[in-house]
Amino acid sequence: MSTVRVLVGTRKGAFILTADQYRQNWTVDGPHFPGWEIYHITSAPSDPKRLYASQSSGWFGQVIQRSDDGGKTWETVNNEFAYDGTPGTHQWYDGTQHPWEFKRVWHLQPSPTDPDSIYAGVEDAALFHSKDGGKSWSELSGLREVKGNLWQPGAGGMCLHTIVLSPDNPDRIFVAISAAGAFRSDDAGASWRPINQGLKSDYELPDAEAEVGHCVHSIAMHPSRPNILFMQKHWDVMRTDNGGDSWHEVSGNLPSDFGFPIAVHAHEPDTIYVVPITSDSYHYPPDGKLRVYRSRSGGDQWDALTDGLPQENCYVNVLRNAFAIDSLESCGVYFGTTGGQVYVSPDSGDHWVTAVHDLPPVLSIEVQIL
Amino acid sequence: MIIRVSLPTHLRTLAQVTGTITLDVPEPVTQQAILDLLESAYPMLRGTIRDSTSKERRPFIRFFACGEDLSHQPPESSLPGEVTSGIEPFRIIGAMAGG
Repeated sequence: MSTVRVLVGTRKGAFILTADQYRQNWTVDGPHFPGWEIYHITSAPSDPKRLYASQSSGWFGQVIQRSDDGGKTWETVNNEFAYDGTPGTHQWYDGTQHPWEFKRVWHLQPSPTDPDSIYAGVEDAALFHSKDGGKSWSELSGLREVKGNLWQPGAGGMCLHTIVLSPDNPDRIFVAISAAGAFRSDDAGASWRPINQGLKSDYELPDAEAEVGHCVHSIAMHPSRPNILFMQKHWDVMRTDNGGDSWHEVSGNLPSDFGFPIAVHAHEPDTIYVVPITSDSYHYPPDGKLRVYRSRSGGDQWDALTDGLPQENCYVNVLRNAFAIDSLESCGVYFGTTGGQVYVSPDSGDHWVTAVHDLPPVLSIEVQIL
Repeated sequence: MIIRVSLPTHLRTLAQVTGTITLDVPEPVTQQAILDLLESAYPMLRGTIRDSTSKERRPFIRFFACGEDLSHQPPESSLPGEVTSGIEPFRIIGAMAGG
């Protein structure tokens, strides 16, 4: 029988949730690193015992933790993220140029084949790579050469929050940055190009169709179709069928196309999930009803998933990294809220159970099948 | 010189220590000498008290000893005799923040 392990990063520590394949009854272990913000805790696909966690604090800065026994014990690895060469400047809130300053690691993405190879997306936005399990980090600085001087932080900070590695081409990497946009490398991170054609930011940018500057909230891919990506932008849900060369909107009948996470079903490449939020001013679900929306047509046509989710007086948010999918035959869907709830659907979103409901605000969710 | 160093709760947890840390610091005993030795003995603390590269104190870290705030003293300045004699600990604390 399979064991399901859910890795939860929160504002006040990490938690590890476990259940059997039915995913109804959950055991909660934690907090790990109590009192620290865990922006992301994740596992290496090629070694399920290898975990990485980004641990940070406004007082004490950034720590990277690594476990080789599935989270029973941890060791700190290198926490020095030094920008390559002279860091340069980016655009600041008042339109002046501001030096690049490292603040924290938002996202950790291990290689699908090598547990020691791991990418880190950081704030101020940049991509780092470690080939030795986190003992050293090197910046892939070609990314910031793509008009980095025009990137500007949004309210949540100028963070590189999404890293998608192409399963069929180890040289192809996608990243997303708030508020700079989406970018693609076809040479293992040495050089990059913006992939924002088709995005429209009418209310956020002076040039609504600018090459960079769009506030991309997250992107997702199904491994069987690496040229098709889905994007939740600040506003608008988008889709590309050509690896990001151009995007078109698939928001369709969503009650709001503002949101943070987006995910693709494990076995149905055209089934995607979003969690609409009322607006950029109201970061909570429309009408106080927590609804995951699922499209089985790759966008445009969406259905609300509500069974087991609160349908009144619910004013939580679901952050960009706090949504995950498992690979069991009956696909599991998981998300955590800023209210500390972790919801689980063992049947593709048709029904939901509350795995735990009083954690600190949830920053990230990942799931493993053991 | 045997120096006692007191860490804030989160850094004690990170360093896997309880109580104050004892360090044998060569003279002259300065903030910089204490921090260099502390980070050498407990490498997991690198970057959590001062910047790894610039060695500047992190903004919300403070250094106290003998009832005095030493945070703005030059890193290479000498510390009070009660600290260098091990009577008083060199206190590294997280500044008050929040509400």
